[in-house]
Amino acid sequence: MSDTQYLAASTIEEAVNAHSKANGSARFLAGGTDLLVQIKSGIRKPNLVIDIKKIVELNSIEEISENEFVVGASVSGVNLNRNKKFSKLWPGVLEAFRLIGSEQIQGRASLGGNICNGSPAGDSVPALIAAGCIALIAGPNGKREIPIEEFHIGPGKTVLNNGEMLVSLKFPKREINSSDAYLRMTPRTEMDIAVVGCGVNITFENNVCTAARVSLGAVAPTPLLIKEASKIMVGSDLNSEILDKVSKVCMDLCDPIDDKRGTIDYRTKVAGVLFKRATLTTIDRIKGN
Amino acid sequence: MNEISNKWIGKNTVRPDGAEKVTGRAQYSSDTTMPGMIWGHVLRSPHPHAKIKSINTKKAEALDGVKAVITSKDIVDFPLDKPVILGIQDMRWMCRNVMARDKVLFHGHPLAAVAATTEAIAEEACNLIEVDYEILPWAIDIEDAIKPDAPILHDHIKFNDKPSNIAGTLEHKKGDIEEGFAKADVIIERDFKTEAVHQGYLETHSCLVSVAADGRATIWSSSQGQFMVRAMTSFLTGIPQSNIRAIPAEIGGGFGGKTIVYLEPLATVLSQKTGRPVKIVMNREDTMRASGPTSGSKSKIKIGATKDGKIVAAQGTYYLQAGAFPGSPIRGAVGCSLAPYDIPNAHTFGYDVVSNRCKVAAYRAPGAPIGAYGVECVLDEIAEALKICPLELRKLNAAKEGTKAVHGPTYPTMGYMETLEAAMNHPHYKSQLGKHQGRGVASGFWFNAGGESSAQLNITEDGNVVVTTGHPDIGGSRASIANITAELLGIHHDRVSVLIGDTATIGYSNLTGGSRVLFASAMVVTESAKIVIKQLKQRAAKIWGIDEEAIEWENGEARPAGDNAGNFDPLSLAELAGKATATGGPIGAGYQVNTEGAEGGFATHICDVEVDMDLGIVRVKKYTSIQDVGKAIHPDYVEGQLQGGCAQGIGWALSEEYIYNKQGHLDNTGFLDYRMPVCSDLPMLDTVLIEVPNPKHPQGVRGVGEVPLVPPLAAISNAVYQAIGKRSYSLPMSPPKVLKIIEGN
Repeated sequence: MSDTQYLAASTIEEAVNAHSKANGSARFLAGGTDLLVQIKSGIRKPNLVIDIKKIVELNSIEEISENEFVVGASVSGVNLNRNKKFSKLWPGVLEAFRLIGSEQIQGRASLGGNICNGSPAGDSVPALIAAGCIALIAGPNGKREIPIEEFHIGPGKTVLNNGEMLVSLKFPKREINSSDAYLRMTPRTEMDIAVVGCGVNITFENNVCTAARVSLGAVAPTPLLIKEASKIMVGSDLNSEILDKVSKVCMDLCDPIDDKRGTIDYRTKVAGVLFKRATLTTIDRIKGN
Repeated sequence: MNEISNKWIGKNTVRPDGAEKVTGRAQYSSDTTMPGMIWGHVLRSPHPHAKIKSINTKKAEALDGVKAVITSKDIVDFPLDKPVILGIQDMRWMCRNVMARDKVLFHGHPLAAVAATTEAIAEEACNLIEVDYEILPWAIDIEDAIKPDAPILHDHIKFNDKPSNIAGTLEHKKGDIEEGFAKADVIIERDFKTEAVHQGYLETHSCLVSVAADGRATIWSSSQGQFMVRAMTSFLTGIPQSNIRAIPAEIGGGFGGKTIVYLEPLATVLSQKTGRPVKIVMNREDTMRASGPTSGSKSKIKIGATKDGKIVAAQGTYYLQAGAFPGSPIRGAVGCSLAPYDIPNAHTFGYDVVSNRCKVAAYRAPGAPIGAYGVECVLDEIAEALKICPLELRKLNAAKEGTKAVHGPTYPTMGYMETLEAAMNHPHYKSQLGKHQGRGVASGFWFNAGGESSAQLNITEDGNVVVTTGHPDIGGSRASIANITAELLGIHHDRVSVLIGDTATIGYSNLTGGSRVLFASAMVVTESAKIVIKQLKQRAAKIWGIDEEAIEWENGEARPAGDNAGNFDPLSLAELAGKATATGGPIGAGYQVNTEGAEGGFATHICDVEVDMDLGIVRVKKYTSIQDVGKAIHPDYVEGQLQGGCAQGIGWALSEEYIYNKQGHLDNTGFLDYRMPVCSDLPMLDTVLIEVPNPKHPQGVRGVGEVPLVPPLAAISNAVYQAIGKRSYSLPMSPPKVLKIIEGN
């Protein structure tokens, strides 16, 4: 019988210290929608659970300058959704986040938790990669920043070292004529896990694409940033030939597995289809359709 | 059928269990608790097939907090050479299913159980039990189980004189099949495959058992039959039935899956050994792994018709997974598949195949959806080949009153033809389809059932009514019995309270299954009400000093039957109840009988789907089920039954399946990867109730709960064909599979 200790930390320092002292046997708890399930099913047996919801920085949404947001790692889906300005600027991030679980789960589940859980199929991650988000990390050796696309190093594995925690996500300043979208393929309409997820973030002015980021989830050990896509898209008018070309690139870069949720062949095809659909949705959003 | 005023029958009265359920006060099995209660946990096999060489429980027993450890030695053994049948189960298999004896036969097969002061200790103790296995080769799928060199699960089971995994067969024959096909202008023959699917009840199995110092056991559990729980527990523990009291809890879904026991005998033995009440609750993973799904199947269907659309011959061969022990629902497959049609020459044949999967349990019209799936898809192809509307083809061949069915009986009055006509005339069938949409139709049949029921109808001192019956209410039997009782006694529905008795308080009643409960319990309640009305007339006769025959019972009152009877003011039920002590004592009566006269039910479904041609996703856009429901006693509940069956059929057709991995383990034990549809996956499920009363029932009741799961598999398949122009012959029609079919490779 192992006992699990619970600590509700009130500062980043307290949480980081407790975590480093536990030498790998501690887990941070935000909404708990992944962690508690993992504990119950025996996948994880932490000696210490550190609740981070009481830490102010982790639970706030801040507009640090006009159209530039920092979102705390334990902010719940419901709370992010309530921020009208954020949802207007980042509809793709929000729709990805809002696909996680049910309304009840949304009241608990956090953006940071979805990232730190490290699933290649986490819905919010491709949208955040496409958005160009930076992860702000605090640890025993101070603070560091890394782009979200570098955050994951394998299924369930992240760059976080012992004692380090994800504090918040910094979104780039939102330019005008920009928008984003996230689409995922699931057999069910809701309450499901992505067989493939695709995030697209575009700036499109006077019929020319001036910035583009495309990300795919659930098609490789970690969510992918498709750098090649940006090169082809930027400077073009995003006509159907361009989209076909990028769709092919997306499919070529897929490195999925065959499992109960989808085959290699199926996932690969779906990645191409979702890229096109998400891009068209994004363009519509920019044009205000 | 009685000519009755129908003041309450056919009305959507408020359901008696509603308030308790929506306020969370209804008592489910896992809500039960007792002073001194301890917890049980079951050790389950990590292998799909292995010999148990030894089990060492010493370390588990030594763990602090552990009160008892049991294995198969503690469960009554039923030798393999002598069947001991109880309902549709055989105790030889049941005793080995609840606790593996010499071999474990599936991943998740129980082989020991622990009782301890906490759930966590019981679980930890299970991990301390040392089992020495000799791992054996295994067979999961039918193809692997029936190969010549297949690993044999049960050495004593023989087929064609050789040890085999084919545990039984069943066939129906009519006419001359060869002669029939010789007359056919078009013959279509196809192979079909379906996967095992779980009933998906939200409440998992659980029980609390207290065996007192005098050896008497009380069981609270979630089941479809308290008497089934009592009998099976008695068989498996050796405690006489009179010393077991099984109390039915409210039930969070069963759909057939709670017609057998898993935990009750284990908890009973653990309670016997420890002298403490023992509670065991299965988690979702164990429920999926080790409690009955229904069979996966493979089948071959061949149907021949003349150019004018007359079916002249039909043949169906079915292989159904039984799981680890014999008993797949081949009867439903071979019996129901051709039941809607008048076919001169037919032959259906079913094989019961054991393999290293958990033992199947009943699921809503067991076997019938599998039977209908292939037949109704082939009929769609015949209609296409002959350029006849698929409903018209079914009308041309529809069974009617007097038709001799392939499975034996000659039909009395029945409403199959009416369902076809209603389908043809329904606005849904005439509506326009959009891009990448398709429409399919299919029909289905289920036997329905009668069987033993008991009722007790008591008049309270204040002149109200308490009715007790003996079957757990899963589909609205309490609301319906209240309607019928109010109708029969001529009183307001609110004055009738309907309860489910336990095994000590009501006579033997067969379990809730086979769509039998309202059919059977309405019969015994009707007989009880007749006796009570007679008693009430006798009391009035006594008060008025006239003959009982000179009194009639109308609108809840005793009245003189005519002018000659005398001039008395009517006596109400309340007045008669108030005078009961003076006129002879308590008023009430019970009745118990093996009910007969159940008649089958027929349905025709229309389904529209839309297919995402790039992703292979099929969404059901519109669904209409049309069913001969006999008399709808409580129409809302009847519609709910139809909608529930359709929803489960949509899951079976599109997204649900048992997936085994290479190690022979079930790979999707939770609802994330075992994909039952959620609300947003379903359109409004429209229903049409055709009421052709069962002539053999006092209120015209037919069963309604199972028929609706029979047509959907084919209706949806046929709709997908119309949408994409290619046919699928296997379920579920998951997106990767459908995309492959669209792309044609």
